[in-house]
Amino acid sequence: MNETDARARIATDFPDAVVAAGGPAITVTLPAPQWRAFARFVKDTVGCRFFSFLSAVDWKDEGLEVIAYVENTDEHVCVLFKTRLGAGQTACESLLPVYRGADWMERECFDMFGVIFDGHPDLRRMLLPDDWVGHPLLKSYAVDTPYPPYR
Amino acid sequence: MPPETPARAVRTLDYTGSERLTMNMGPQHPSAHGVFRAILELEGEQVVGVDAVIGYLHRCHEKLAEHLTYVQYPSIASKTDYVAAMTSELAYVMATEGLAKVEVPKRAQYLRVLVAELQRVASHCLWLGTWCMDMGGALGGGATVFLYCIRERELILDLFEALTGARLLYGFHQIGGVRYDLPEGWAAQCRQTIDLIEQRLLEYEGLLEENAFFHLRTKGVGVITRELAEDVGIGGPLLRGSGVAYDLRRAHPYSSYEDFQFDVPVEPAGDCFARYQVRMVEFRQAIRIVRQILDGLPEGPISSRPGVKSVAQVRVPKGEIFTRVEGPRGEVGCYLIGDGGPKPYRMKWRGASFSNLAVLPHIIPGHSVADVVAIMGSVDPVFGEVDR
Repeated sequence: MNETDARARIATDFPDAVVAAGGPAITVTLPAPQWRAFARFVKDTVGCRFFSFLSAVDWKDEGLEVIAYVENTDEHVCVLFKTRLGAGQTACESLLPVYRGADWMERECFDMFGVIFDGHPDLRRMLLPDDWVGHPLLKSYAVDTPYPPYR
Repeated sequence: MPPETPARAVRTLDYTGSERLTMNMGPQHPSAHGVFRAILELEGEQVVGVDAVIGYLHRCHEKLAEHLTYVQYPSIASKTDYVAAMTSELAYVMATEGLAKVEVPKRAQYLRVLVAELQRVASHCLWLGTWCMDMGGALGGGATVFLYCIRERELILDLFEALTGARLLYGFHQIGGVRYDLPEGWAAQCRQTIDLIEQRLLEYEGLLEENAFFHLRTKGVGVITRELAEDVGIGGPLLRGSGVAYDLRRAHPYSSYEDFQFDVPVEPAGDCFARYQVRMVEFRQAIRIVRQILDGLPEGPISSRPGVKSVAQVRVPKGEIFTRVEGPRGEVGCYLIGDGGPKPYRMKWRGASFSNLAVLPHIIPGHSVADVVAIMGSVDPVFGEVDR
């Protein structure tokens, strides 16, 4: 599916989504409950089978935003989709049932932001030790936070 | 005559395959290519489960990026993938330029491609050497191929040293262009070097492909299907070794890649040998691009903002951007959010090796322990980029 068709299908199938105009990738902002449904849609319908990355952004008082980037490697259609979890919220649907690449990416995102991915069977810290306290990429986490004592 | 010892009853082992052994491979394993720990679940010699532990080299680059200005960070960016510092720097600098809408002169774009392709050759040299050393004595004496490859890599590092003054982390790219122009005599030295390397590639191929053990250890080992490759998001030679004709230089050309003639090798088999074949072609295509640049390097300035040292010279507006470059290991991406200040609000580094390594738990089970080494080497992870 090419980019024009993809934009049209997103507009009809996901009326609640906000699609930004222009840009190298189709940028879509979704309501949080449609997160996994949209991923399923871009994979099956738009043909974006290539999973590039998943991460989050901490917008301080406005809460966390989860972002993912996928691509159709045949027609080079890129989709960047994101969702706001809401202030103080950390729960998000896992994309693991759709993309296997989401496994490590979501573990890293949990590690760094404390996002709890609902449906991820093995949500452990990815990069930091298991006994680490806090989630470093949150804006509230100071760079000079003392290292937890060695055991 | 010593007394006859009574025959001891032979204890029959009722081995039903339930006796599993857990083995730690790494983080201090010579073939782990850095600090990677694979917890292998073994049944005899066969791996039935694997849990990968990473993060030993984690420096939280993304937090660092939020605390360093757009001008300071590029020299740190090169420390993500330190084997291909040129391309990781480029990803960050391109993201900043895209956000700040900075023009890059043609000559600077060509120089960027020139160093990126030389870096690809140097990085593939290191991959071939270490991979063959991992597979060890069967390939004609342990470190032979390794030492040959390092010898060639040194020649390219000499070129980089003449160009930038550094051999590992270069600081070559800057916002708006590149920092150094080619010194006198450099182009001739470069031509000589790539001619030599191209010639020696034939020697390596002869050394390896005429060795039956090399075929035994690589063919049909560690097969990644096209479906799995895209689903996990692996990139570069791994993706193309799995039958996906996808190269960012072709799909989304950046830095004037559309000006050059090159082939994108694709192998459908998806095994270690296919990945080897893809990389051997990439060596030659990189050399081909380098020749085209040396032949047709345009005159002009090398930077639109010479001597960018303080962040006051770069105004980055609010906005977000995701730029990607085709590194030697695949897609190196930088997702940047600017808030109008001198530092990025958020930077996400999409390391090629992180995604490439994530495929290991899917492909290792079913192989023997010796194959784990061959598969891990064929993935070519650089742990600075995995752990960031």
